[in-house]
Amino acid sequence: MTKHFFARQHLNQLFNVLMDSGYQVVGPTVKDGAIVFTELARVEQLPWGWQEVAKPGHYHLTPSRKNLCFAWNTGPQALKPWLFKPEQPLWQAEQTEQGLCFRQAPAKVTPIAVVGLRGCDLAALKLQDQHFIHGPYPDPYYQAQREQLFIIAVNCAQSAETCFCVSTGDGPAATHSFDLLLDELEDGYLIGVGSEQGQAVFQQLTLGQQATIDQLDIAQQQLADASQQQRHMPDEHSLLKLTENLEHPQWQDVADRCLACGNCTLVCPTCFCSKQESTSDIKLQQAEQVRLWDSCFSEQHGYIAGKLFRPEIRHRYRQWLLHKLANWQQQYGRSGCVGCGRCISWCPVGIDLVAEAQTLLEGSPHESAHR
Amino acid sequence: MNQPIASFVPLTATLMDKHQESPGIFTLHLALNTSTPFNFSFGQFNMLYLFGVGEVAISIMGWQNNLLLHTIRAVGRVTQPLVKLKPGDQLGLRGPFGCGWPLEHIKGKDIVFITAGLGCAPVVAAINHSVENRQHYGRIVILQGVKHHNDLLWQTQYDHWQNTGNCQVLLAASEEYKHRYQWRLGMVTELLDFAEFDAKHCAVLMCGPEIMMLAALKQLAKHQVTDDAVYLSLERNFQCGQASCGHCQLGPFFVCKDGPVFHYPTVKPWFGLSGI
Repeated sequence: MTKHFFARQHLNQLFNVLMDSGYQVVGPTVKDGAIVFTELARVEQLPWGWQEVAKPGHYHLTPSRKNLCFAWNTGPQALKPWLFKPEQPLWQAEQTEQGLCFRQAPAKVTPIAVVGLRGCDLAALKLQDQHFIHGPYPDPYYQAQREQLFIIAVNCAQSAETCFCVSTGDGPAATHSFDLLLDELEDGYLIGVGSEQGQAVFQQLTLGQQATIDQLDIAQQQLADASQQQRHMPDEHSLLKLTENLEHPQWQDVADRCLACGNCTLVCPTCFCSKQESTSDIKLQQAEQVRLWDSCFSEQHGYIAGKLFRPEIRHRYRQWLLHKLANWQQQYGRSGCVGCGRCISWCPVGIDLVAEAQTLLEGSPHESAHR
Repeated sequence: MNQPIASFVPLTATLMDKHQESPGIFTLHLALNTSTPFNFSFGQFNMLYLFGVGEVAISIMGWQNNLLLHTIRAVGRVTQPLVKLKPGDQLGLRGPFGCGWPLEHIKGKDIVFITAGLGCAPVVAAINHSVENRQHYGRIVILQGVKHHNDLLWQTQYDHWQNTGNCQVLLAASEEYKHRYQWRLGMVTELLDFAEFDAKHCAVLMCGPEIMMLAALKQLAKHQVTDDAVYLSLERNFQCGQASCGHCQLGPFFVCKDGPVFHYPTVKPWFGLSGI
């Protein structure tokens, strides 16, 4: 990929071109002590001079000596809430003179340009696309917003302690699904083009010049640095063996620590469970069906006619882990984990998905047979 | 699999008639407000919507005089008010969803229907179909279990299948102490000892509590019926019907899409495990 360089002070030109092209820019900013994706009007809102400390059960921001705006990896959320909305009206029902009428809720879509997505976020996007668009019933809301999405990805120049995208094959480089790709250097940005729409935006930037070999080397070195990660998820073939050990004592061990709060499923960029709620006005004339994010950690998730299919926390943790790492492979052709590490840092008791998977596999009969 | 006539937004349905089948169990006869033919497979289900209350997944019991039949036990937040609707009232309907019974695939074989309780509802239409197309099937055996003999829905249907449908009908009551004509005391699975069919050339279609189906699988194995001959219908939390909401997952399966009728060997590794 040919890369161009532009100086840091010209980043606002990219924002201006995106806004002039009709996009609402969405990107990272500091809010409530975390990196949060929100609508941005100016480059000054980016998290300049902040870096992240993420560990099991821990996340905080700390000032950095360098004045960079992408020197972090993963806030609690990135793209998921913009496509798969936490609350989505599906349809309305109305009692009219002609009887009961139904109409689909309109999709509220604006063209958005999302700045700052990482390799893990793009891998998650691909998986959500598979679930919401490429299944037997494409979701009209997800699909409409997906078609109005422009992506400016960023290669990670560092990894957090919780990152393990190298072992899942999803990072630290962004390699697909973007329109434009940035590498953040100390004095500016390398920019590469990944699509026709990306090319159209790129051509309107007047301030770039061809990147030098030195600049390209620095970007390569940053990616190499980011690849030095402490956590390694077992490979997908091994993860399939998790289903062979449904009564491993580790399921109870992790259940004793797990609060079943569902944080992991909410921050996970690939989790897709939802529930539906029905409401009506007080006159019983208008009613609405709304879809809300749900979590397999709630008792109600497996509820039917007075019976709970997964009454205990060990059942629900097992459902989550087996689905994410093993059964996902049968459903969507790959593991549902993209190595972002969010579930590890946002777990209030610091449960480490990678460590749990490793422990569970140590006891697998198939594994021990080879020892 | 038949494509749903209404997959995402409900269609309006009008309650034309309502029959009480037993205490707490009602059959709703619904007219659909559409000119599109309602194509469905026996064993599929619909999502019924009660205004302002919510949706509930109910299997399709049958199709009669252009009306769709749903038999419902009033047990939950939606079903209790749903069965209180009166003729002329309207509700919403999405569906049909899921995979039904493989009635084409099993032509030429003996069929054994094993059901318990309200598990008969998703099977009744399949029995009727096989009786109406009697020449395409070998022997037909119908086993139904209930707690008390007066819990049996559709006694006249069972009589009809036995007397004019050339079927072997065996009924069991598990919580009864007094012998009655036609009835055996005990579990439905014990009826298999009296069933007349060719274990090497049969298809078993089951629906009911999973514990019943697990017991039946053991009995079937004793009678030399292989797993390959068995189909079963499962029930899970269905909210979307579209393999999207995630609630109905059973191992790698979305029961609403891959089921609710499964070929047993497919679902066997995940069937009958607690907490899955």
